[in-house]
Amino acid sequence: MQRDTLVSIEGVIKRFGSFTAVRKMDFEIRKGEFLAIMGSSGCGKTTTLRMLAGLEAPTEGVIRLSGKPINHLPTWQRDTPMVWQSLALFPFLNVRENVEFALKMRGVGKAERRRRAEQWLDRMQILEFSERNIAQLSGGQRQRVALARSLVVEPEILLLDEPLSALDAALKVRMQSVLKNLQRETGITFVYVTHSQSEAFSMADRVVIMSRGVIEQIGTPQEIYGAPRTRFVADFLGSSNIFTGKVLAASDSGVQLETADGPIVLKGARLAQPPRQGATATLTVLDTKTHLSMTPPPDATNVLPVRVIGEEFVGATATIYLETPRGQEIRVQKGHEDLVGLPLDIGETLYAHWAPTDSHLVAEA
Amino acid sequence: MNSEQINRSRTVDWTLRAYIVLAYVFVFAPIAASFVFSLNSDRFPSIPLGSVSLDWYRAVAADPLVWQGLGNTLMIGLIVGVVSTFLGFGAAYTDYRYHFFGKQAYLALALLPPTIPVIIMGLAMLAFLSRVDLSGRAISVIISHVVICAPFAMAIIRLRLSQMDPALEPAAWNLGASEWATMWHVIVPFTKPAIFGALFITMAVSFDEFAIAWFVSGLNETLPVKVLGFLQGQVSPRINAIGTFVFVISMTLVIVAQVLLSGRAAPKSDEKE
Repeated sequence: MQRDTLVSIEGVIKRFGSFTAVRKMDFEIRKGEFLAIMGSSGCGKTTTLRMLAGLEAPTEGVIRLSGKPINHLPTWQRDTPMVWQSLALFPFLNVRENVEFALKMRGVGKAERRRRAEQWLDRMQILEFSERNIAQLSGGQRQRVALARSLVVEPEILLLDEPLSALDAALKVRMQSVLKNLQRETGITFVYVTHSQSEAFSMADRVVIMSRGVIEQIGTPQEIYGAPRTRFVADFLGSSNIFTGKVLAASDSGVQLETADGPIVLKGARLAQPPRQGATATLTVLDTKTHLSMTPPPDATNVLPVRVIGEEFVGATATIYLETPRGQEIRVQKGHEDLVGLPLDIGETLYAHWAPTDSHLVAEA
Repeated sequence: MNSEQINRSRTVDWTLRAYIVLAYVFVFAPIAASFVFSLNSDRFPSIPLGSVSLDWYRAVAADPLVWQGLGNTLMIGLIVGVVSTFLGFGAAYTDYRYHFFGKQAYLALALLPPTIPVIIMGLAMLAFLSRVDLSGRAISVIISHVVICAPFAMAIIRLRLSQMDPALEPAAWNLGASEWATMWHVIVPFTKPAIFGALFITMAVSFDEFAIAWFVSGLNETLPVKVLGFLQGQVSPRINAIGTFVFVISMTLVIVAQVLLSGRAAPKSDEKE
């Protein structure tokens, strides 16, 4: 165990009857980091969070907080407050009483309780609403009350279960920066469960990607984005073009792949475990690093003839959807200025190409 | 003109209004008649009315038997209300919190008593209570009334619990409240309007209940049982006076319950997003 480890999850399995929500999970949460756990619904991310909170007990394995096993400690004896998806504010208490709740349960005196609650309300910029009912607040204000209510005990770790999912897009972005700043200023470890890639990648220091109860990849957003470890991750992120084929040649610096659409090459890599010749392997390339031209570029590798099947504009960038003769879909993302002069009507033929050094080998095809 | 007005037919509007008026007349005419005749000086309820007087109320007020019956009724109603609400709360919370084998049967049995014909219920109660030597006392009426009132309390409190965000209770645990603390600081405050609503409704049910009380009360007659006694002896306008009085008390209890149950539930609806 490393010195800066706050939580370690060791061989944790969680079963509900015959259904296994989490299979054999091992990872560590570092002190003071913003960790996002991401995956689609039913992947086990919320179950993992609930085990950290003490709302579920692991079927097997150990969860340690600061080195001490906490598996069977009831949630009210842990300092692992959670911000709920529904926020779960107490409707019969006013804003200040909501924030005071955890202190009251810990036997903190009335005056002290009030002082600390108001300090957090002030910090969350909602002190003026302290005597209001919950029903009188806007979505963003409730969000802040929920944060203050959990943080008032000044825990080492804060668990967040998709707290922004009910907000509209603009407010969501604003709350993201509120959360990120709060985490940086307090130094409290945040564990943030979400299905939204943009939320996870814009806030988190590290991201855990889960699928069917298994961790697919752990890493910084840059690492995961640039080098998805598994095919699932590459698919899930949706920002890469993915090619699977038979390995023609492989060394520890590159791979040559034979796909239905022709050879795809990776060069200039440092591979710990190059695939065996004849095995099946998967190469990916980011859609932003895939280029388009009207004629095949001279002496370029990784060139595919493609047909335009659609395009989509989002702000300053455009996504062009293309198809190879074998029906493989390819996406290219570019600024508008890079696309000037290219015929982009549906059915036009173009050439997609990228540098062999921009290819990436996926460890688990 | 707003869209509400242009999409409404006057004929339908007026028909519906007339319908509601007629329905209320049908329900309240006998009660109103009873009230009117209670203020009539004549011995027999006939038209034209005699002069307005409070004679019958005075006669009722001077009757020690009526006071005794009223005292019994109020005391029994209060105890029945408190006990039934407590039992109903426990049953409703059990249903909310736990999943167990045979839960459907548990619920069906818990809600059964009010659907049993009161005559059968009264006879069964009498047979059972006299066997265990508890018949003919105030406690007999209390026990019997709790049996029919607790399901009402359970239904009312269960409805309120079903409106509660399921995350509320675990959120309280997560903030450091033990199960007992959560019960006291979260579940009870949240269901408080329903608890008081149930208290008043069960008191009203006990207050009005006649058949079972008639079987088991013995000498500790409640007011409705006394009224029957009066009727069997002679038809006296005193009945009208008592009827009006009982009606006012019951309606007050029911209205208070309604206000509690609907008034506090209102902010709950816009709290959901």
